[in-house]
Amino acid sequence: MTQASASDAPRRSAWRKSMRVLVPPVLLVVLLLAAAVAAAIGAAGIPIGRIVAAFGLAPGNSALVDRDWLVLWSIRLPRIALAIIIGGLLAACGAVMQGLFRNPLADPALVGVSSGAGLAAASMIVVGDRYLASTGVTLPIETLPLAAFVGALLSTIILYRIATREGRTSVAMFLLGGLAIAALANAGLGLLVFLADDRQLRDINFWMLGSLSGATWAKVGAIAPFLVALACVQPFIARGLDLLVLGEMEAFHAGVSVERLKRTCVVLVAAAAGAAVSVSGVIGFVGLVVPHLLRLLIGPGHRLLLPTAALLGAALLVIADTFARTLAAPAELPIGIVTAVIGAPFFLYLLLRQRALLGP
Amino acid sequence: MSHTTMKNKLLTLSLVVAVAWLGALGSSGADNITVKDAAGRSIAITDPSRIVSVGGAVTEILYALGLESRIIAVDSTSLYPPRALAEKPSVGYMRQLSPEGVLGLGPSLVLAAEGSGPKDTIAVLEAASVPFVQIPDRFTGDGIVEKIRLIAQATGSAQRGECLIKLVEADLRALAALRARIERPRRALFILSFMNGRPMVAGRATAADGIITLAGAANAITAYDGYKLINDEAVIAARPDAILAMERASFRLDAKTVFDHPAFATTPAAAQKELISMEGLYLLGFGPRAARAARDLALALYPSLEPAVHGEIMPSERSPQDCRR
Repeated sequence: MTQASASDAPRRSAWRKSMRVLVPPVLLVVLLLAAAVAAAIGAAGIPIGRIVAAFGLAPGNSALVDRDWLVLWSIRLPRIALAIIIGGLLAACGAVMQGLFRNPLADPALVGVSSGAGLAAASMIVVGDRYLASTGVTLPIETLPLAAFVGALLSTIILYRIATREGRTSVAMFLLGGLAIAALANAGLGLLVFLADDRQLRDINFWMLGSLSGATWAKVGAIAPFLVALACVQPFIARGLDLLVLGEMEAFHAGVSVERLKRTCVVLVAAAAGAAVSVSGVIGFVGLVVPHLLRLLIGPGHRLLLPTAALLGAALLVIADTFARTLAAPAELPIGIVTAVIGAPFFLYLLLRQRALLGP
Repeated sequence: MSHTTMKNKLLTLSLVVAVAWLGALGSSGADNITVKDAAGRSIAITDPSRIVSVGGAVTEILYALGLESRIIAVDSTSLYPPRALAEKPSVGYMRQLSPEGVLGLGPSLVLAAEGSGPKDTIAVLEAASVPFVQIPDRFTGDGIVEKIRLIAQATGSAQRGECLIKLVEADLRALAALRARIERPRRALFILSFMNGRPMVAGRATAADGIITLAGAANAITAYDGYKLINDEAVIAARPDAILAMERASFRLDAKTVFDHPAFATTPAAAQKELISMEGLYLLGFGPRAARAARDLALALYPSLEPAVHGEIMPSERSPQDCRR
């Protein structure tokens, strides 16, 4: 980058400037279009005319309208809403993590949420089935996402304690401790898989597999507050994250309360990503790549990066989920495959384009 | 020249006769058996006296043949009869066998249901000197008979085997008579798992598909093989008349959970809240009790058949102990 000729710098900054103006409205339009298309496509095969009728915008056969409305309102729309919220949460959390750790490979899984949630859910499945059953205690199915959420929070709290000494949180400790915690949790998961029988094994596998299947308005309602919280907090952390790029001391001298910033970010990400994981399982790629993609387009400023990342994450997940639920219908594809197949080539294209723009 | 040829031919002939005679002598004794197993291997069994039994249906058949004294260990899926796991040591879960765990018990014969694993362990067991027989697992009436026949042959108890087969075939005939009374097959959808509100549902080539067919119903899902996570809208499109699930202690699937799910709420099954839960091995084991399980399922699916079978029990229920001697 330092070798780029002097004439490149203004070109680049002009490009970024126009991108900063263009990207947010374009993303919003893409998201709305994606949601509209997603609402029109599905295994139930409702023609577009009947969808219009179901929404009360045109007259239609009343029996059909009722059935179509049911499919749209209680199956497709909550799923689209869930995709928007979870995509937004994961991408914004990824951006926060990468800013906080000043590490391009950071993603929400780094705070231990995925492994903690997975371990907690698997323990519930195996232990609940094996040991509680004999005591006559039966667990309702709703306990699983709750357990996963608690597991996600617990592992983050443990990690935070490990990384914090005398009120200062070491980022390096957090990263390395995160690896250790994930390894431990995976070992525990391995042990549970070993103990599990056929059915428990399938339950664990399918629980871990990321999917937006089983979306209901209740789930949407449970997870929406986290996106609202993230949206409320992000203006306050954006400047701190921008200054943190210079280094912790530098940020501190520029007036950022660094420790408070770290604490806020970790709590925010743990809660938001933990909630996302407990509802939809582990969906990779979105949190890692979406922020990078946007940094390439609009630069590293968090004030714009955080909301646009949420928009792009939401759009990507809505599109990916539409493929996941229709390509192999009536079965469902794991959504992680689709997000990667859609996102990775685009990301590579942008990387190559940037290199051409910046020189070798 | 022609003399020597003649002599050679005579010699060959006498050798063939001798071998055939010796062979006949050998097979007339109970301790020289050759069977062809599910993997297509020919296996010679000399001593079926110390058996490791892997798979719920395999153990169930051995008990039904009165051979439990020969079993030295079972696997953790051997849930019927309930005393099997209580009185026999366990080699663990059938898909996670360890070669040492099995061979360390000093068996003289290993009978394992098709689908036992992992692959590496199966390869080691197949290569070991102890005869290892894989029992085929097909989800049809003939599949049950085939299972019993192979197990009976491998253990040198063909007579008891034929007795049990006769009983099972009589059960299957009674079941067929029941099926003949069904006018319109209903559509059943089997849920294997409902974690996080995501239904994993049986397609074709599954034990669930087999038992649904035996019970005179139609599997509502025929678009894929195996158990898969299914799309909510596809559940609506499948229009199941009844939902089928396995009984379980924890995370029990009750009618409220199933029919509160928006997709299931719109199915014909939701009208009468038709959720049929049955014990897993009984329903899906395809052992000697499969015909009875299918009858129970048929009666649950078609309550109008109840008067037709009123008081009548299946042949195997009338004389369950017959084939043990």
